[in-house]
Amino acid sequence: MAEKSLMKGNEALAEAALRAGCKCFFGYPITPQTEIAAYLSKRMPKVGGVFLQAESEVAAINMVYGCAGSGIRCMTSSSSPGISLKSEGISYIAGADLPCVIIDVMRGGPGLGGIQPSQADYYQITKGVGHGDYHIIVLAPSTVQEMADCVTRAFDLADKYRMPAVVLADGLLGQMMEPVAFDDAEIVMSDASNKPWAANGHGNKRKHNIINSLYLQAPELEQTIRDRYQRYAEIEKTETKAVADYCDDADIVVVAYGSTARLAKSAVDEARKQGIKAGAFRPVTLYPFPVNEINAAVKNAKKVLVVEMSMGQMVDDVKLAINCSKPVEFFGRTGGVIPAPAEILAKIKEMGGND
Amino acid sequence: MTNEFLLAGFGGQGILFAGKLLAYVGLYAGKEVSWLPSYGPEMRGGTCNCSVTVSDLPIGSPLILNPTQLLVMNTPSFDKFIGAVKPDGMAFIDSTLVEGTSDRTDIKCFYVPATGLANENGLKGMANIILAGKLLKEIGLTDEAVIEKAMKKCIPPKKADKLESNMKALRLGMDYEG
Repeated sequence: MAEKSLMKGNEALAEAALRAGCKCFFGYPITPQTEIAAYLSKRMPKVGGVFLQAESEVAAINMVYGCAGSGIRCMTSSSSPGISLKSEGISYIAGADLPCVIIDVMRGGPGLGGIQPSQADYYQITKGVGHGDYHIIVLAPSTVQEMADCVTRAFDLADKYRMPAVVLADGLLGQMMEPVAFDDAEIVMSDASNKPWAANGHGNKRKHNIINSLYLQAPELEQTIRDRYQRYAEIEKTETKAVADYCDDADIVVVAYGSTARLAKSAVDEARKQGIKAGAFRPVTLYPFPVNEINAAVKNAKKVLVVEMSMGQMVDDVKLAINCSKPVEFFGRTGGVIPAPAEILAKIKEMGGND
Repeated sequence: MTNEFLLAGFGGQGILFAGKLLAYVGLYAGKEVSWLPSYGPEMRGGTCNCSVTVSDLPIGSPLILNPTQLLVMNTPSFDKFIGAVKPDGMAFIDSTLVEGTSDRTDIKCFYVPATGLANENGLKGMANIILAGKLLKEIGLTDEAVIEKAMKKCIPPKKADKLESNMKALRLGMDYEG
């Protein structure tokens, strides 16, 4: 492992994407994710990749659609309003069973909202973004090193299951610098080997492949969706990931993801210092949601507290996952305001953490 | 042990650079570090600030509301943040640019005429580094080898000729009494 350097989350993610063999990047600038595009515009040409600033977010996601169809690893990145624009394309890519990686560095919404960190797009991202019956894989990093690690995993999972994978971050993670290390391995760009479905040049040596999301016969469309849902079932069984700290004996388990999980962990550490039995649970995969893991984590808890930088969205999935077996309360700040660990601690105490 | 540095001033004074230097000093001293800039519209000509945490433990919130050390280079930021410094904390104030003084008795204030010192010593634009030097001295992170390694890392290769003057500015800050 090489020496650690300080990098912004956005830059670490971009470097990791290259190292995962991402050969093509299509994007359009928007704060707070622009460093991803800026970094790749410098690095991509040096390692034999393609950096393309599209004329719009809609164009960028459709370029990803085409590129993914050729079997090459590709990526786009944006922030909340830009992701809304990409939603049609994401649905088409899912409907065509193509792998790609999409980065969402969330900011405050709705509308143009603001440029400060937010988690108000949880519903949008974890419920598929666009129209139709489908899922996309969603990974939520919590540190700069994880920004890098998650993008690598996103490419692997996207290829394995032939579907879009999203790294869901926010402005805090994108903009902050922390130490990050990359190994010294040479960068190898991806190609279409091991992708027999790819629609690329084949010199008439095989039957041509067709990539499409249109099925006018209802039974045929139903069958493709059912087949896809079998894959989703496999993903839900095998690909969940979460981190639990001090949950075994906790009276109150605090559930948070992404950068908010760091703030929640600080509050839980302080609670423990004050003799309050609090635990911290962090979903790393948001789809698939870590259902078994969260049930194990809250088994001995009296109450659950969900903390988000939104008015409360993941809290619904927490209630579903534990089947409302414990009282679930919520604390959040929104619009770009970052909750302070002291506020979270106050909520833990209000919930009877002192009893 | 956790140091929470809040650096604030105008855009263009090198607030983010000084923060990056402190973060690298922390990293090379074997600590956990985080660096978080303000990235709002204030970047464009208005006030600018940066949170740097250096700790023995993994860092939770990278956002600092109540610093243990404040480094401040303009009056609006001084007025805004001096009250937020934690009791027993320190403030490093560019007294060439900041009007007024603090009446807080529970923190140590160091009034360093950093911009004046920089101009007198042919180090124009390095007041940020002079203040960072004073800060490093006062918190006891003064291993010269570590600091020089951090400075080398922070200065891009094409500006390598600036290393010497930056190190001079750092030493000027470290040696400043007052």
